[in-house]
Amino acid sequence: MEIGKSKKKELVKIKSIPYDEFKNNDYLEEMVRELNENGTNVIVGVLDEAINWGRGNSLWPLTFATSCCGIEFMAVGAARYDMARFGLEVARASPRQADFIMVAGTITDKMAPVLKRLYDQMADPKYVIAVGGCTISGGPFKHSYHVVKGIDQILPVDVFIPGCPPRPEAMLYGMMQLQRKVKLQRFFGDVNKKEVSEREYEEMMKRDMTANS
Amino acid sequence: MFDFSKVTSGIHTWLSEYLSQGLAIFIECVAVGVAILALYAIIAIIMIYMERKVCAAFQCRIGPVRVGPFGVFQLIADVIKMLIKEIVIISHSDKFLYNLAPYIVIIGSVLAFACLPLSQGLEILDFNIGVFFFLAVSSIGVIGILLAGWSSNNKFSLIGAMRSGAQMISYELSIGLSVLTIIALTGTMQFSEIVAMQSSGWLLFKGHIPAVIAFVVYLIAANAECNRGPFDLPEAESELTAGFHTEYSGMHFGLFYVAEFVNLFIVSAFAATVFLGGWMPFHISGLDGFNRVMDYIPGALWFFGKSFFLVWVLMWIKWTFPRLRVDQILQMEWKYLVPIGLVNLTIMALCVVFGWHF
Amino acid sequence: MSVQNKINQQFPTAQIEEKPDRLIISINAESLREFALMLYNEKDFRFDFMRSLTGMDWGEAGFGVVYHLESTDNKHQLELKAIIPDREKPFIDTVSDLWKTALLNEREVYDYFGIVFIGHPDMRRLYLRKEWEGFPLRKDYVRAEGLDMSNEEPDDTTVTWYRDEKGIPQARRYNLFEKEEYVVNIGPQHPATHGVLRFRVSLEGEFLKKLDVYCGYIHRGVEKLCEGMTYQQTIGLTDRLDYLSSLQNRHALCMCVEKAMGLELSERIQYIRTIMDELQRINSHLLFFATFCMDLGALTSFFYGFRDREKVLDILEETTGGRLTMHYNVIGGVEDDIHPNFVKRVKELLAYLPAALEEYRKVFTENVIAKNRLIGVGHLSRENAISFGTTGPTGRGSGWACDVRKRIPYGVYDKVDFKEVIRGECDSYARYLVRMDEIKESMRIIETLIDNIPEGNFREKTKAVIRVPEGSYYTAVEASRGEFGVYLESNGEKLPYRLKFRSTGLPLVACVDTISRGEKIADLIAIGGSLDYVVPDIDR
Repeated sequence: MEIGKSKKKELVKIKSIPYDEFKNNDYLEEMVRELNENGTNVIVGVLDEAINWGRGNSLWPLTFATSCCGIEFMAVGAARYDMARFGLEVARASPRQADFIMVAGTITDKMAPVLKRLYDQMADPKYVIAVGGCTISGGPFKHSYHVVKGIDQILPVDVFIPGCPPRPEAMLYGMMQLQRKVKLQRFFGDVNKKEVSEREYEEMMKRDMTANS
Repeated sequence: MFDFSKVTSGIHTWLSEYLSQGLAIFIECVAVGVAILALYAIIAIIMIYMERKVCAAFQCRIGPVRVGPFGVFQLIADVIKMLIKEIVIISHSDKFLYNLAPYIVIIGSVLAFACLPLSQGLEILDFNIGVFFFLAVSSIGVIGILLAGWSSNNKFSLIGAMRSGAQMISYELSIGLSVLTIIALTGTMQFSEIVAMQSSGWLLFKGHIPAVIAFVVYLIAANAECNRGPFDLPEAESELTAGFHTEYSGMHFGLFYVAEFVNLFIVSAFAATVFLGGWMPFHISGLDGFNRVMDYIPGALWFFGKSFFLVWVLMWIKWTFPRLRVDQILQMEWKYLVPIGLVNLTIMALCVVFGWHF
Repeated sequence: MSVQNKINQQFPTAQIEEKPDRLIISINAESLREFALMLYNEKDFRFDFMRSLTGMDWGEAGFGVVYHLESTDNKHQLELKAIIPDREKPFIDTVSDLWKTALLNEREVYDYFGIVFIGHPDMRRLYLRKEWEGFPLRKDYVRAEGLDMSNEEPDDTTVTWYRDEKGIPQARRYNLFEKEEYVVNIGPQHPATHGVLRFRVSLEGEFLKKLDVYCGYIHRGVEKLCEGMTYQQTIGLTDRLDYLSSLQNRHALCMCVEKAMGLELSERIQYIRTIMDELQRINSHLLFFATFCMDLGALTSFFYGFRDREKVLDILEETTGGRLTMHYNVIGGVEDDIHPNFVKRVKELLAYLPAALEEYRKVFTENVIAKNRLIGVGHLSRENAISFGTTGPTGRGSGWACDVRKRIPYGVYDKVDFKEVIRGECDSYARYLVRMDEIKESMRIIETLIDNIPEGNFREKTKAVIRVPEGSYYTAVEASRGEFGVYLESNGEKLPYRLKFRSTGLPLVACVDTISRGEKIADLIAIGGSLDYVVPDIDR
């Protein structure tokens, strides 16, 4: 089923920002094409749209910051930039209640397992934004003995925001990109993972535990 | 003033014509239950939206504006998100209690909500010990919080829950004392009668000095009872990450979240009912013309107007003050509020005996 | 008796070199303990403040530890180099019982070089995980491949070294926390730790019994990185240590290299740097106000602080192009001249800030709850402050006049009249008030300077490749959180042989345990907030 161009625009609309202002439209259009390749059930599709509207407009960040970028992340929440406008201000300190994690700041070797654990503690569906040069590639500390060269080695990253540190505007842009991405995903059969029974879960836990020791 | 009991009794007679008595009452109960829950949900959404907008205004921000006009649909989006969010199962937790806790909190909250007289003739639970019942069910919530903290198997949750337990049980005392002061004045515990008594003037004015003291004590204690700032220790973000609900995700967390905000509304509405006349319009005895004009404003509007005003006052307090420490909170209660409450009760008793009130 | 005579008399083997600003003394590690005791106890020149402690790898000559000492009474400066010739088993005696700041600094040296301090109560690695192989700052270190993704197991045992009867060092393990203690883990991902610091706290109800600090979650190995970079490249990294003192940090490093090279700077550069440093200080203290209030639950004040901070950032951004990591100071001057609007906008800011400060006073400083939460909480005595080396507003809140701007003036601080804010209450509230008053003092400094910026070069000519003459250099500036020092050892090459940054934050976390014992868990948050450390600066 071919999806019309106007329809596509509607899907990834962000209020009061022209579609062409976003730089990665090709990528998202490709994503939509792939998702719709086999066609979608009408009812599921409509439900999907409703749910994604909700999900996309209600992304709660985890309060997480390791270094410089964290201060800019605070600035995004503060008076001048005010991410509350997008409904993003409900920063949760508990990873269980957060929807996405802004990895703001360098991730070191010692921090990497902690970050992974935080990510694992978050409830599905969850997203990752890599903020700043350090999280993308190691940045200015690339040659250090104790810095992870890009968090995509340990986490599935959805949006990268370059900068050292990125300006608050850049962070808002990145968060809007995440909103667009979320709004395009298919919730049923894709983002919501198959539910596991309690026994399976216990087994998985056991496997995880033994793998670590 | 429009009396809602006409509508309700009309529906009752209409149903009784077609159905047996038992079935008619059953259907009415279901309808009332659904109505309460719907109203509860609507209030929750309004409250959270209001909180976000009010705090934004205090903080030189504008708050949610992107989703719908002025961001009014923001909360709808949040609810959808919360509903589909995964509920994380925690290993090494007491699973039964862990799952039960949020429901206990929400049940206590809904029951207390049902006590409030919304307008003339629009009372759901209205019987002779209404105030007593209200106080009893509103303290069920603390059990849920303690269970949540205990069953999560998380040290932060446990500390949060223990703080919450100590705090809520202590402040219950002050609430009880200040309510008792008013009951000494009214001589009844039935909400409808308390409201009816205020047709000639709100109890805050009728009971003058002791009533005003009781009102202030009540507001402080009620704020603490809701775990709101500056008494938000149980979930003090900078100390205990998220307090007793640290481990809760998805809708379980949503229930805590909603209950917290509706509880704020409930305590404000209770204060509005007991001290500020509930749905009763503002009357000044002697000025009949003025009173008649006031009567044109529907009771529900009065009720919600007063309640939301008090909610706003409590929000103002929350967004202004720093957080207290746990020993300071208990000190404040046991060293100041309780003695003040007791003395105040005595004064009120004297006022009632010698007829010094209006 | 002068320092020199005394040393000559008691330790004839010590080599003494005299520099205009300090004495450099080299001794063998074996006599360190005796020497340190003498320096610490001698009445005439009590060296009671350890500015910095640096580990060294001198290759063939062995390892070494360099101590920078100062006597707070009569301002003597001393650089003590202890040489450990044995590369295989480097042992040296601890001085952590004399200068408490060495508690964490010696652990850092152990972590970097594997030098074991005998008598140190807690000889664990400070930054790296205990499974880490090798000592990264040794010159022959090669990093093992791979990323260890296993979770850290909580381990509450530690090791201490002592000499047995024959004088051979032996290790003894013991538990930091007993099994029956209620130990709560705070961090590394916790809203109150201002980043990724981790505490393990033993609680007795709400009271704190003991606290153990874990650093290293943002240890980026900056000092090792610098050894592989030219001087112009290293200055980029200083901005990212304490990102709220980025201009000041960079000022320190540039000044250190300039002094070593003997480069004369124009007046204009000095003026610009001083003004920028003070703007940065205002910015940092406003952020402190914001986060401190947030820690105490006054969320609205957080937004007020950030709102006004943006106004400072606007000015800085116009000239430097950055909001946080400014990259403005360079060796030989500043990157670019000040923006034409600069003077005007700074004046606007100076006119605006008093009203904002007044608002803070009404909302927070005078608030009953805030006072109750802060007064008397986290008592740091003057002796402890000096011993821990908690410089900056924290030290000044304990009545210690430790401002580098007054002690060893740099820039044009000797030409301006400003007050060093000192309070004697020693508690969290005093530390808070010192910072608030420092904003006013910074405003005064800027006010005096802003109209008199002289004409001149904004950047002196330097060679494309900078080489620093052989020798060791130490320069310090007063950063927003205390003394930020740069210790540079050069062998005349275009790369620094060793570059050590005296962190402003490490002494601050070192003293948390001492000052928070017996307080409540909520006070820990207030104490941490009032110390105002920046974690990447601690970990470096």
